[in-house]
Amino acid sequence: MNSIKHPELSTIFNEDEERVNWHDDTLWWIRAKRDKAAHGISEWEILRETASQIKDNVLSNLHQYLIDFEAKAQANGIVVHWAANAEEHNKIVLSLLQKKDIHQMVKSKSMLTEECHLNEYLEKNGIDVIDSDLGERIVQLAKEPPSHIVLPCIHKKKEEIGQLFHEHLGTEFGISDPQILTETARLHLRETFLTRRSALTGVNFAIAETGEFVVCTNEGNADMGAHLADIHIASMGIEKLIPKKKHLSVFLRLLTRSATGQPITTYSSHFKKPRKGQEMHIILVDNGRTVQLGRADFRNSLKCIRCGACMNTCPVYRRSGGHSYHNAIAGPIGAILAPNLDMKEYADLPFASTLCGSCTNVCPVKIDIHDQLYKWRQVIVKEGNTTAAKTMAMKVMDFTLSSPTRYKLAGKIGRWTIKHAPFTVNNKLNLWFKNREMPEAPKESFSEWFKKNK
Amino acid sequence: MSRAQILAAVLNNQPLETLLPADLEFDSPSKDLVIEKFVETITMIGGQVIKIKSLQDIENYISENYLPENRILSQLTELTNYYKFSGDESPHELENTDFAVFNTHFAVAENGAVWITEDQMGHRVLPFITQHLAMVVKAENIVANMHQAYKIIENQDYGFGTFIAGPSKTADIEQSLVLGAHGARSMTIFLLEN
Repeated sequence: MNSIKHPELSTIFNEDEERVNWHDDTLWWIRAKRDKAAHGISEWEILRETASQIKDNVLSNLHQYLIDFEAKAQANGIVVHWAANAEEHNKIVLSLLQKKDIHQMVKSKSMLTEECHLNEYLEKNGIDVIDSDLGERIVQLAKEPPSHIVLPCIHKKKEEIGQLFHEHLGTEFGISDPQILTETARLHLRETFLTRRSALTGVNFAIAETGEFVVCTNEGNADMGAHLADIHIASMGIEKLIPKKKHLSVFLRLLTRSATGQPITTYSSHFKKPRKGQEMHIILVDNGRTVQLGRADFRNSLKCIRCGACMNTCPVYRRSGGHSYHNAIAGPIGAILAPNLDMKEYADLPFASTLCGSCTNVCPVKIDIHDQLYKWRQVIVKEGNTTAAKTMAMKVMDFTLSSPTRYKLAGKIGRWTIKHAPFTVNNKLNLWFKNREMPEAPKESFSEWFKKNK
Repeated sequence: MSRAQILAAVLNNQPLETLLPADLEFDSPSKDLVIEKFVETITMIGGQVIKIKSLQDIENYISENYLPENRILSQLTELTNYYKFSGDESPHELENTDFAVFNTHFAVAENGAVWITEDQMGHRVLPFITQHLAMVVKAENIVANMHQAYKIIENQDYGFGTFIAGPSKTADIEQSLVLGAHGARSMTIFLLEN
């Protein structure tokens, strides 16, 4: 288990200040594109509210929808599997491949398989997996996990990608032009698509009414994989269900506008039946989702449609990088999903936020993200999962804030110290001094000012 | 048995049922405005629109833009000069397709997406594997938004159907937009006016 936590990991990311600024600017630029797309639709708020209500209905009727979906999908010729956890999911995938004596698989983007660590599992069992989304392929070559759910290699500079392609795909040394690198990947992956007999895709939406599922990509990699392979395996979390096909109108309008500012992904593919001679499987995965469903304060997190808008807007994510969240899903939404899986391991994540509420404001399905972060903090403190330093700091705060005299005195000491002995706060021991200047202290407290001026 | 275990946990943990919201409907602009919006959107997302009066105009486009040795595939019966295929071939045989042109059901103005189903593709992989992609859209078959689109699709049956909006693209390398990731490098809409 990873024991390095968000503060330490973001310190590593923050060593290169220029890169932090670049990361911050890039993501803010995407957030601005999202705003432009959202403001381009006068009914935007109606769409968000409707999407949120549809998802409420899904969560409140999930049992029936799962049964309906299974029956319809089976009638359509899709084989339905159920996996209680990551391990079971991985075993199902492996057994499907072994049954057909397949040792190679091409995969399109699926955050669920990242959550299940499927690639490592399959590789240990002699299956060669190639990720076909360009960003995922790049991080795969770099032997890193994705740092963002929509933009997996957003943390990488084009020169670094050029170097990876030089080492692994034979491009000339020093080439970093995105056009040339993308063309190289296109040729390399075409060869892969044409030779793999098995393809795995994620699922963006699955429809209870019809038993079909929808996969959205810009590159077309999911389709290239699925339509050329003998066996198509789709992995989905059980919360991805929506009641009826017509509800896709709401979600497809919201998804990419929130994610990248595009009006829709290039491809929104509806898989309903396997093609002639092909096997189609779908794996319905729980892996903690039913537990989250039972937590009234946190079940709203299951409404997430994985657009990444909360990450792009988060001032902490933008300056600490996706890898600092040490979880498949980074950023604010990851920070409320992860403690459900392992509260001890991910106790640091709900604190990796300013609680500014920006994530909640951009969420297309109106998840109360910052409220849930705040609620997780309370649960985590109660369960005793905070660090000794934080516990001590909170005790000191409690001591100070619970008495007006002590509070006033502390303020006075603080103001005096910043003015007369700034070196005692402007140093490495003070966490608030990291990567920022301390503010100038006011001459007097508010209550002193109020006494004089009332 | 995981199925029973998961379903029991869901039933036990799901909140009291809430109702689905009413379907959304929005006023539609005039037909001309809808067509104009579609042309504007598809151009913005990297596609091109060519207005045609009849399907034979497509033959002119092909002969102007492609060489005789290029592999051109079409399922349109009106285009007699180009290779038709049965759909029984291995999908791998479609690898060297330079240009493929398809009939479609309808297009959506707000996002430039065109809806096409398996029966119009000949083979599912063809709209993705071809280097250059073209689709015939009848001007009268353009709807304003996705709500109207799903009114049409709602009761449609298909094995596979997809919305395609522009050429394949990626911006994974430093957010530089590159057309032609894995799918078609270009998308041409033949807008059939009557």
